[in-house]
Amino acid sequence: MNPIPPTFPTASTLISGDTSASAMRRVSLWFAVSALLCLAMADLSIVSADPWGELSLMAAGALSPSVWSWPTLATSLANTFAFALQGVTLGAIGGFALALGYRFTLVRALCAFIRSIHELFWALLFIQIAGLSSLTGLLAIAIPYAGTLAKIYGELFEEVDPAPANNLPGLRRKLSDFFYTVLPLAWQPMATYTSYRFECAIRSSAILGFVGLPTIGFHLETALGEGHYSEAAALFYALLLLIGTLRLWLHKRLLPIYLLAVFIYLPPTADISWQLVMRFITEDIVPVPLRGQGFNGETLTHFGHWLHLLWQQQLWPGLINTALLGQIGMVLSGLLALALLPLNSPLFVKGWKRAGGDSILVLLRTLPEYLLAFIGLLILGPSMLPAIVALGIHNGAIIGHLLGRHTEQIRLRADASRGVSLYFYEVLPRVYRQFLAFLFYRWEVILRETAILGILGIATLGFYIDSAFETFRFDRALLLILASAALNIGVDQFARYLRQRLHLKTTPESL
Amino acid sequence: MSDPETSKPLFQLVNQRLHYQGRAVLENLSLSIYSGERVALVGRSGAGKSTLLAALREQCPEQVAWCPQQPGLVPMLSSFHNIHMGVLGSHSLIYNLANLVTPLPAARAAVETIASAVGLEQQLYSSVDKLSGGQQQRTNIGRALIQQKPVFLGDEPVANVDEYQGDALLRLICQSHQTVVLALHDIEQALTNCNRIVGLKDGAIVLDAPSEQLQASDLADLYGAS
Repeated sequence: MNPIPPTFPTASTLISGDTSASAMRRVSLWFAVSALLCLAMADLSIVSADPWGELSLMAAGALSPSVWSWPTLATSLANTFAFALQGVTLGAIGGFALALGYRFTLVRALCAFIRSIHELFWALLFIQIAGLSSLTGLLAIAIPYAGTLAKIYGELFEEVDPAPANNLPGLRRKLSDFFYTVLPLAWQPMATYTSYRFECAIRSSAILGFVGLPTIGFHLETALGEGHYSEAAALFYALLLLIGTLRLWLHKRLLPIYLLAVFIYLPPTADISWQLVMRFITEDIVPVPLRGQGFNGETLTHFGHWLHLLWQQQLWPGLINTALLGQIGMVLSGLLALALLPLNSPLFVKGWKRAGGDSILVLLRTLPEYLLAFIGLLILGPSMLPAIVALGIHNGAIIGHLLGRHTEQIRLRADASRGVSLYFYEVLPRVYRQFLAFLFYRWEVILRETAILGILGIATLGFYIDSAFETFRFDRALLLILASAALNIGVDQFARYLRQRLHLKTTPESL
Repeated sequence: MSDPETSKPLFQLVNQRLHYQGRAVLENLSLSIYSGERVALVGRSGAGKSTLLAALREQCPEQVAWCPQQPGLVPMLSSFHNIHMGVLGSHSLIYNLANLVTPLPAARAAVETIASAVGLEQQLYSSVDKLSGGQQQRTNIGRALIQQKPVFLGDEPVANVDEYQGDALLRLICQSHQTVVLALHDIEQALTNCNRIVGLKDGAIVLDAPSEQLQASDLADLYGAS
């Protein structure tokens, strides 16, 4: 007996389709519309006089890589690796400690805050205190990574099978219970995710070179900026080779040796003048009108004026441009991901073809978006276009790779259609929920990246932050960094809300 | 053994309604269990035996060695560690952590005694995901036994081991605990090892009698069509 009589759809729902897919379709439509609006407002001009000429020079360079100095190449690669390994190690330890308290709102808020500030901004801050030192490189990676890893670890801890812990006797020793029943269950996904983050850390480490740290990005920027494309190509290939061969030589058992080696090779030290640190904290980052004066009506008026000007000239345009570019970048990433997923899907390509297809995705994923945008700017000139392309390619490849792998779970019936019909009727509806989950997870990351692309000269928040640092206006820089953090946290919260509303999977993925 | 007529019951349910996953499975349930009793809960699957056991555990979790039907072991750890989990509360965090990295002598001695009693000596240091269903069940029993609690609550504790070994394990469980409440589907095992049989059917207790007054045929009705 069925207690609930079957309900038949009324005529209106039959046509308009009250399906599970319709909610997702509606959200997608809004995103597409918003991106089109942003596109209309964005500056997409190609300023460069001869983009094809520059491109052909680059292509020629890419085909004839030459190493300018082997010792420089070796040291910069070693530095890149050392910063990354040290940063992830410290980040994992810090993240683990924070994850133990992840059920406390205050801890979660702290994690959200430290990861909402990009590595490059952390680096710019630490450079003021600790100079271009190894300590700066280590902290710039470790701090935001601790925030990210804490979130992932914390969510993994919450999602392990609760049965083993529940079956333990009444008197509980909570931390012991945790190490016996929760940690072993979460260990494998934690290790997988941390090793993925290490690959990201190498990219971050390389990019730190663009603000002056001695990693490969430093030499890449010089070579690219001066048009020495053959040298740039060699550096670039070396970076790809480093990331591409990690699996071959960075074995789990050898990790302690590598760790010891990087700390001996590049001990995290810095010449810190505490006087300077105190000055930085108590004076430099305090808004100019508030420095060294008692509080009275006049200082408050000055401060209001200062804030108003900053808002009008930098904060507002920076926020708008970051949001515009982030939105377009995100939608383009989504479109590219959907277009690229067949490259890594056993439903469309098999055997060596899939291996080849996936290598393309992994290669595109490996390219740091910052570097892609830099190259794009050289070709197309300063506009939002190169940034959009860079964000789309990098993030689209990441999501496409994961989605393709996700299709492994789909069991098709024997008489399923083929080709394009297969894609649109069988595959796309099945992966779409997962696709949105991935994309919403990535949204915060895309926005963080958008902000730092400003350092390259695109007028997002990073542009104003970089200029403030260059002119030693640290009070402005800090306020702008906090604004970008607030934007990221806001978007993260909104994405979380959307994930819950659409009943998307809320578990962490390797993004 | 205390006198059931005068002393206070160990477990007491009066006109209780018990839920399983939000659905009431037992209505108007009244049951008292006294220290020293060996009670078998019998009835078809879905009759509410597990729900009743969980409700009993809630009444005095500190005195109960809990042996659930789904063992809830940590698959990547060894039997040794899974059994030691029963006594995490009686060691310091540092001790437990060190023991997690490498089994410590005192913990080994304690766990090995239990392991040989339940017949797990050979597999004690293999991870649980490499063990058979019966061996996992022995680990589950071991985790309960090592707690040395006065009360044992077991949900089909020997369902996955053969009859002969099952009998031995049940004897061991009964010897090591003052009070035992077991959900059992094997009527013979219930009659041999327990001194009180509680039969559940259609959300109610339909039989509650000392086992010496019962025969296997009396219980057959519990499994008949409702």
